[in-house]
Amino acid sequence: MHTTDEILAAVAEAVHEIAGPDVHEVRPDKSFADDLDVDSLAMVEITLALEERLGVAIPDSEAKNLVTVGDAVEWIGAAQTGAAA
Amino acid sequence: MSSSTGTGRLRSAPGPRHTRILGVGAYRPVRVVTNDEIAPRIGSSDEWIVSRSGIRTRHWAGPDETLADMSAIAGGKALAEAGVAPDGIGCVLLATSTHFRQLPAGATEIADRIGIRGAAALDVSAACAGFTHALALASDMVRAGTVDHVLVIGAERMSDLLDHDDRSTAFLFGDGAGAVVVGPSDTPGIGPVVWGADGSRADVITQSADWRRLRHDPGHRFPALTMQGPTVFRWASGTMAEVAAETLERSGLTAGDLTALIPHQANLRITDALVRTLKLPDTVAVARDVVDTGNTSAASIPLAMERLLGDGRVTSGGLALLIGFGAGLSYAAQVVTLP
Repeated sequence: MHTTDEILAAVAEAVHEIAGPDVHEVRPDKSFADDLDVDSLAMVEITLALEERLGVAIPDSEAKNLVTVGDAVEWIGAAQTGAAA
Repeated sequence: MSSSTGTGRLRSAPGPRHTRILGVGAYRPVRVVTNDEIAPRIGSSDEWIVSRSGIRTRHWAGPDETLADMSAIAGGKALAEAGVAPDGIGCVLLATSTHFRQLPAGATEIADRIGIRGAAALDVSAACAGFTHALALASDMVRAGTVDHVLVIGAERMSDLLDHDDRSTAFLFGDGAGAVVVGPSDTPGIGPVVWGADGSRADVITQSADWRRLRHDPGHRFPALTMQGPTVFRWASGTMAEVAAETLERSGLTAGDLTALIPHQANLRITDALVRTLKLPDTVAVARDVVDTGNTSAASIPLAMERLLGDGRVTSGGLALLIGFGAGLSYAAQVVTLP
């Protein structure tokens, strides 16, 4: 189990490595596409990195709905407890 | 009379022995097609195509650059570089998805054009992974002593298979041919292949219909290539990194031992993702031929290999990890000593 802070840190690190923005810019209210310059292919890569690092499976069908960083953190947190919709 | 009265004993081919690539040759069509030429038809732009794929230009073959024309030139160059005469070739393998005849095999015409007589000639159908599949088969043939030298060709006219109005694929593909000669070696020069296929995902990259559709419904549109891009991207950048790691392990190597990474040139974004995931040291030269050659399917790996050697970015004798992947979904990877 990872805490919300740990999940946010992992997302920030993956976004930084794959799409370029500084980790401090990756805040929950930021939109991947509009604020962080993450296009759909970069989103696939970020998803793969998070699956590897956090041990969760993020289906393509879900990844499409993760608009903001907060959406991703929340979804992964819920997926860990089996509560993800 | 009994059939067991003869005194002859079955003898197997000599072997096993080591194998390596002895020479590489390439052919790139004359016509260079820019993104600006393609973009209007698919409502796109040079900037979008570059950001999506890294591709700036590709070559499209003309009427005088048939699959056999391009293959014969690339094959002839590979033979010359290998120092092997046409009559020294025991088998010609053509990896392609764009030989538009069910029969005969495309390799037969190419063998004849090069002056290779009395050799087996057949096609290998494994789409973008075709070259590395054929290379593995060629290596095993030489290793087992079935033949002494195999000419392996990857050649495509993807411009014939494209839907030029499909905005997700029209900009990706190009035409060309690359070839290598595989022969015996005193030391290991082609490592074990790691390969596989997942036919349950055959619909991810396929044709919009099979050829019989045209027979029954002559008005049907041409059965062009279709692809689910993001799904392919996920598979290629995730699973292929695992395949790369397994190939290195089975070869007894680590990433630091490599001189070059030559993945199938599908999309620069896939190559960059592989490099990131594999944590390749900066000393490893990475083939990025896709930028001005596009995705040439089965031709991409030998074309990229020839380019890396021609540009002097790598030298003969270095180790290169080759990874072919594509429709099937199929993949094949091996480490080779560069010719």
